[in-house]
Amino acid sequence: MRDVLYEPWPWYIAGPLIGLMVPLLLLLANKQFGISSSLRHMCAACAPIKIPFFHYDWKTERWNLVFVGGIILGGILASFFMPNEPVQITADTTAQLKALGVEEFNHLIPADIFSWSNLLSFQGIVFMVVGGFLVGFGARYAGGCTSGHAIMGLSYLQWPSLVAVIGFFIGGLTATYFILPLLF
Amino acid sequence: MTPSTLNKIPEKFSGTSSVLSYYLKFLILGAFFGFVLTKAEVISWFRIQEMFRFESFHMYGVIGSAVVVGMVSIFLIRRLNIRSADGEKIVLRPKKFHPGTLLGGIIFGLGWALTGACPGPLFALVGNGFSIILVPLASAIVGTWVYGYFRDRLPH
Repeated sequence: MRDVLYEPWPWYIAGPLIGLMVPLLLLLANKQFGISSSLRHMCAACAPIKIPFFHYDWKTERWNLVFVGGIILGGILASFFMPNEPVQITADTTAQLKALGVEEFNHLIPADIFSWSNLLSFQGIVFMVVGGFLVGFGARYAGGCTSGHAIMGLSYLQWPSLVAVIGFFIGGLTATYFILPLLF
Repeated sequence: MTPSTLNKIPEKFSGTSSVLSYYLKFLILGAFFGFVLTKAEVISWFRIQEMFRFESFHMYGVIGSAVVVGMVSIFLIRRLNIRSADGEKIVLRPKKFHPGTLLGGIIFGLGWALTGACPGPLFALVGNGFSIILVPLASAIVGTWVYGYFRDRLPH
């Protein structure tokens, strides 16, 4: 049991557990699984100004904010059970990333790119500020993110969700092969 | 339960303790989700790079098996007419298609490969103590706000 908690979990354990979010939210509370809406509720709660998109009763959606609060809590709990070793990505990926210029492989994220000291460099701004902005803007424009479209939407056979997921990959592959090489 | 009380949560609860127990289940579900995301390294920038390079099955296995479980459960919920714990009928809102479904999807994908994290993992990474991830998270909130600001001028 101790080993199971400390080892990284394989996809066939983690995937089904993540998929269980869909029926658990529906059965326990009649809510549809989705994360990025929480960002909209935060805007609606904090700075709606005169934007119609942010004028709705966000308080009825507070459950979603509590849910993402739970994700932070889950991250805190899991951090006690993380092995102190690099993520076991394939040797090929490691080689490609090294060739690109990534130097630090010891944590879940590369500390040479994602650090406060790198924040004000061109590289840091693109990876962290621009990247985050595109995630938030794109998720709302597409009507969902990986959870709302790829997992929830595909689960009840919504073809717009499939289109969105294809979009995720067009964007992701473009960034991986054409944009990342420009950032090192 | 009458139709008028539907979707009026948490107003239908009276008293602090029932409001707390209403929200507690979301906190627990979220914590479970955040825990699994971390343990499967789904929140790792390296795993996302590996996925977009088609070098490993890991991320495809995670997302694919999650979809299968979601699909089977929704099929069963519909087929067996299972209601939620409050006795409500489970109705799923259809996802609407518009040009933004693809355009927004592409924009999201660009950001996903750069930050190496979609919204769920951003929260989980903050929990894991990576304070720097507050920057892309704050930026994602700003991105959401800017979308709202320009929404009327974007093709929908």
